[in-house]
Amino acid sequence: MPRIIKKDQIVEDTWVQVGASEPFPEGDILVSLERWQAEQETLQAHAGRVGLCLIGKDNPRELKGLLDQFALIAVEFPKFADGRGYSIARILRDELGYKGELRATGDILRDQLFYLMRCGFDAFAVREDRDIEDALAGLRDFSVVYQAASDYTSPIYRRFGRTGA
Amino acid sequence: MYQYNELDQQIVDERVRQFRDQVQRRLTGKLSEDEFRPLRLMNGLYMQRHAYMLRVAVPYGLLSSQQLRKLGYIAERYDRGFGHFTTRQNIQYNWPELEDVPDILAELASVEMHAIQTSGNCIRNITADPLAGVAADEIEDPRPYCELLRQYSTFHPEFSYLPRKFKIAVTGATQDRAAVAFHDIGVRMVKNEEGEVGYQVIVGGGLGRTPVIGEVIRPFLEKPHLLSYVEAIMRVYNLYGNRDNKYKARIKILVRELGIEEFRRQVEEEWEHFREGAMMVPEEEIARLQSFFPSPDYASDAADDRSFEAHAAENKKFARWLKNNVSAHKVPGYNVVSISLKIPGTPPGDITDQQMYALADLADQYSFGMISATHEQNLVLQDIKNADLFAVWQALEPLKLAWPNIGTLTDQICCPGLDYCSLANASSIPIAESIAQRFDDLDYLYDLGELKLKMSGCINACGHHHVGHIGILGIDKRGQEFYQIMLGGSAMDDASLGQWLGPAIARDEILGAVERLLEAYLVHREEGERFLETYRRLGPEPFKEKVYAQNH
Repeated sequence: MPRIIKKDQIVEDTWVQVGASEPFPEGDILVSLERWQAEQETLQAHAGRVGLCLIGKDNPRELKGLLDQFALIAVEFPKFADGRGYSIARILRDELGYKGELRATGDILRDQLFYLMRCGFDAFAVREDRDIEDALAGLRDFSVVYQAASDYTSPIYRRFGRTGA
Repeated sequence: MYQYNELDQQIVDERVRQFRDQVQRRLTGKLSEDEFRPLRLMNGLYMQRHAYMLRVAVPYGLLSSQQLRKLGYIAERYDRGFGHFTTRQNIQYNWPELEDVPDILAELASVEMHAIQTSGNCIRNITADPLAGVAADEIEDPRPYCELLRQYSTFHPEFSYLPRKFKIAVTGATQDRAAVAFHDIGVRMVKNEEGEVGYQVIVGGGLGRTPVIGEVIRPFLEKPHLLSYVEAIMRVYNLYGNRDNKYKARIKILVRELGIEEFRRQVEEEWEHFREGAMMVPEEEIARLQSFFPSPDYASDAADDRSFEAHAAENKKFARWLKNNVSAHKVPGYNVVSISLKIPGTPPGDITDQQMYALADLADQYSFGMISATHEQNLVLQDIKNADLFAVWQALEPLKLAWPNIGTLTDQICCPGLDYCSLANASSIPIAESIAQRFDDLDYLYDLGELKLKMSGCINACGHHHVGHIGILGIDKRGQEFYQIMLGGSAMDDASLGQWLGPAIARDEILGAVERLLEAYLVHREEGERFLETYRRLGPEPFKEKVYAQNH
């Protein structure tokens, strides 16, 4: 069973990602927004849990009011340089109030983990050819941050009393 | 200037540690070059034609003497004894060894400097008016707001993998010396009808392959909203900017495709989600940042000293320097001294370690310990008293830092070109050097008056050729270096893009072509008219005729 990083721990992953035309297997499944929208009836009857897998062009605001249904939303990074998923995560967390597991998948490496975490991701399926233990260290790259994001809702100037010259 | 507290220091120290580890992983093969590339780029480390190049951030162009000394030390210890100031007020080193870069970053961190986000598809170093704080036409000192933006953009978790690089410039003056119309975001401090100071926000300007003059997205933004509004622009760009074609990926293309009205609508809709939230900048934070940029302790009687007049009467060299490299300061009796880094015989923007050490000492002695870098690749001592002008000149002269060509033809902007850059198609430094050599007669240069010559060795336009009064672009034509000429550009308030003059010119004929352009100007100019104005009045024809005449 593949392993992922979840809330700072390495755990076994029980979810199965389902391709565009594959039949739904038993257990917990992860489907694309497109399939979820097209096959709602079948999915409602599914015995296991259903999670969504979003890609860069998906508009998370289409999910407004529906997010409670999902125990897991994954955001796929086709290339690590494609940073749309960071904004998608922040919209899901900060604006739409999504509370379930938010997982980054695809071409993600150790050196992106800290930023991903700050945008609200709490689970990371790092590339299979990489050392997951090593990647875990990426979550601790920095101990101080300037901006408000999904982790700290206030910028540094509202978190610390900072003195002037 | 801004001083780090323990939190700011911790951030740069942790960055050094992180990069040291990344370099280690690269050297041991745990990271492939493909994977290492974006990581090193976010630390300003490029692979150039011959070696690595490290670009160090000089936030809004401001340096303390201690920092300049450190830059000199890095040039001496880790490079070949010189550094190169860029058009974005940064400094580059051309010959560092990869193994040494973590140590260089640690040296920088020890003086509150870094190379964070000096490259990569992220928010780059924030640039500003080089006369910030001393300009007579200033509405407000922009540097506290630059620092606010610097902190905001440093390791921004959401905007570090943008479609393309992102540049922000800020000016607090009425006259634009920061080229705000040619940045992804340009911020101008303005007063509204009620007399309140806020920001005019310009978006979608830029040079490169597709030069565009930015458009005003918001004529007046209240002070507390600067960061939230920038965040809204960044998010729309991050989500909808083109990611398939890197030549269409800058925000200017998105703005152009959507139109400014639609782009504004999207930004302001996004902004509504968080405009009144925690990102609002409290007055206390602005006041705190402003406290780092106090007006120095100016002498009230500085204007009484006129000793420079007697020196100028006796010393022609000093007089020329005084007239050309010294300009007005907001405080009577103080002067802004520009130091030309367009020294004949050295590439534009280059400075040696020894020059950096000496300048740092001069700044300490005469200019409250500060130096600033300009986007025209020169340096400025901002606060020189009347009484010190002659002594400063005497000190600069033997350092070769008193060359009085500021604002003239030979004060040219020039990219590294084929000598260093792996993108270049043609040389630019040797052309700049030949122009400097050919036009070394200062009286001739002064007679030509203000003239901005800008040169790039490829269409990526690092030398800003589109906004030169005379722009020169190097191209490769079947393996030969050729140069295209464009005329009529300006990066100032009267922002305009130059127009191509005609067919490209072979390398050995470019100097002659520039000569003939100048001849055409001298023949056609009217009293008091600058080159740019003559061109705007007459259009390209008289210049074209002269340059492409058969029997020259």
